[in-house]
Amino acid sequence: MSERSAYEHVIKRAMTKLLVPFIQLFAFYVIAHGDIGPGGGFQGGVILGAGFILYVITFGMNEGRKRISRITSDLLSAAGVLVYATVGFVCMAAGGHYLEYAALPFSSPQLAGHLAIFVIELGVGITVAGVMITLYFLIGRELK
Amino acid sequence: MIDFALLFFLVVCAVAAIQMRDLLSSIMLLGIYSFIMAVVWTRLNAVDVAFTEASVGAGITTILLIAALSRTRRMETKQCVPPANLLIYGTVILLTSAVLLYGTLDMPTYGDPGAPAHSHVAPRYLEKSYEEVGVPNVVTAVLASYRGYDTLGETTVIFGAGICVILLLRRKI
Repeated sequence: MSERSAYEHVIKRAMTKLLVPFIQLFAFYVIAHGDIGPGGGFQGGVILGAGFILYVITFGMNEGRKRISRITSDLLSAAGVLVYATVGFVCMAAGGHYLEYAALPFSSPQLAGHLAIFVIELGVGITVAGVMITLYFLIGRELK
Repeated sequence: MIDFALLFFLVVCAVAAIQMRDLLSSIMLLGIYSFIMAVVWTRLNAVDVAFTEASVGAGITTILLIAALSRTRRMETKQCVPPANLLIYGTVILLTSAVLLYGTLDMPTYGDPGAPAHSHVAPRYLEKSYEEVGVPNVVTAVLASYRGYDTLGETTVIFGAGICVILLLRRKI
């Protein structure tokens, strides 16, 4: 019986390639629909991270790092918090308090709140996904 | 009826997860525990919490724990606890559960409209959040707007946790 690498199983690779795009699309759906139904940045970010981790489990850490490099995942983790905090400062620049969405210059305070919440949910999602991917790369170990 | 069945399975999963010597089985039982917990949250009409429990508790926690397990051994080493210690542990557990049970006596009954949680700021959120925030989901309105600072803090905590793990464990990958 020949020794094969754990990353060479055809069924695993084919199923992962099939599933990952849908998992990630669902993650973005959860992030974008957090203001209408259940879900939000946190859950969506976790699903986004988990989808990429599935890819890394199937294809190996080196292949995964080709898709999202060390710098990219670090930057993603920081970028989400930055997006969130920037929305707060933009509100201040528009004449309101920190994170007072109603001060943003849109046609109605409801629209301003809706759009601002979408942006901050996206920020939360990016940070959570980045941190989860980083955690898996750091904690997990390469299979034989 | 279904509530009792769910709670029964919760307890069974929790006890089994502790008793297992195979740590991989323990982790999987914890995943099942989280999924049952998600069903319990759904039964309580808390769909946002149920979603979080299912994705975080059952999903990513299981993945990260299995990843951590890949760096250690799968089987727990057997250790003998002296009977005298068992007595101490038992007393502490009984005392703690007695205090917790005593604490639940003061809680309002489930669904009581006069409960403090329903009479302080909740009416304002339920009646005014769409006008003030412009978002149909009240949970999101509270998390992202009324309690926006909290959510910013939580995101920063997650970022900080990631930075700590990077500082502690960063190797080549």
